[in-house]
Amino acid sequence: MKAKIYITLKNGILDPQGRAIQQSLQTLGFGSVGEVRIGKFIEVDLCESDATSGEQTIKAMCEKLLANTVIEEYQYEILEA
Amino acid sequence: MNIGIIVFPGSNCDRDCAHVLSDIMGQTAEFIWHQERSVKGMDAIILPGGFSYGDYLRTGAIARFSPIMEAVVEFAGRGGMVLGICNGFQMLLELGILPGAMLRNRDLSFICEDHYIRVENANTPFTNHCKPGQILKLPIAHAEGNYYTNPVTLSALQANAQIVFRYCDREGKVTSQTNPNGSLDNIAGIRNAAGNVLGLMPHPERAAEHLLNNEDGLYIFRSMVSALETHKTPQPV
Repeated sequence: MKAKIYITLKNGILDPQGRAIQQSLQTLGFGSVGEVRIGKFIEVDLCESDATSGEQTIKAMCEKLLANTVIEEYQYEILEA
Repeated sequence: MNIGIIVFPGSNCDRDCAHVLSDIMGQTAEFIWHQERSVKGMDAIILPGGFSYGDYLRTGAIARFSPIMEAVVEFAGRGGMVLGICNGFQMLLELGILPGAMLRNRDLSFICEDHYIRVENANTPFTNHCKPGQILKLPIAHAEGNYYTNPVTLSALQANAQIVFRYCDREGKVTSQTNPNGSLDNIAGIRNAAGNVLGLMPHPERAAEHLLNNEDGLYIFRSMVSALETHKTPQPV
C-alpha cells in the first residue's frame, strides 16, 4: 500500500512562507486569494496488506518523526495497492 | 574538565567549540561520533551548530534519533550539563528536553550577523560569570531560529526564569525592533526546569578569542567550567 501524508503548520501559527506566497499571488492579480499555507507532502510505500495496521504504522511515523506536533498537524490518505 | 562534543554528519561548529575549549581554555575536548552509544567519562556535552543531516525534514529532527542521543538524554536526566548551540538547540527541542519548536525566521532569510543578547538569568551553570542584565554581542547564523511555544509553556518559562537570553539592542532594550527572527518574547536561549541544559541560537564559540576581536562567548564557556569545578556531574555506576 501507499500512504500520502500532508504536514502543515497548525492553525494560528504564523507561516511566513505562506504569507510571502499569498502576497505574491495578490500582487500578480489573483485578487481572490485568501490565506495560503505551505506544508510538506510525503509519499511512503508500505509492505503491509492489512489496512488497519498500515494506518497505525503511518500514524506512529507521523507522531514520532514526520511531524513535530508542537507546531505541525498531519493528515494522510492510504491507497490500497 | 572533559567536554564531549557530539559530531553529526553536517555539524560544522564542532571544531570551533573544541578549539575554544582546548586551545583557549586549556580544557579537554573530545569528539564523539553520533554513531557511538556512550558519553562515559564526560563532565559536559555540547551539541554543536551546523546542518545535521542537511536539515532534512526539520532542523534537528533526524539527528534526534542518532544512536548517541539515548546516552545524551540519560546524561541530561541525571543532571549532566548539556549545551546546545544553534542546530544543537534545535535538536534539544526535537528531543523534548527543552520545550517548544523552531519556525522559519519571520522574514524567511538566513540571518548571519552579530547580535546583542541580554542575560536574563545569571544564576545558571552557563551564565554564572555574567552579571544580571549583562549584554553580550554574539554572532547568529540561522534560518530557523524563530522560537515558538504555546502560551502556557511560555508563562512557565517566564515564571521559572528559564529564559536565559533575549535579543536586545546595544543598550539592552528588548523590543520587536531588536528581534532578528520573530522569536517569541525575543527568546535567544532557554534552559530546562532543572537548570542543567541550555539551548541558544547565538554562537559563543565563534566569538571567544582576542584574535577575533570579541571574547563575549567566553563568558558562557567559563561559566560552564566554573560550575563543573564546583559540582561535577555524577558518573553512572
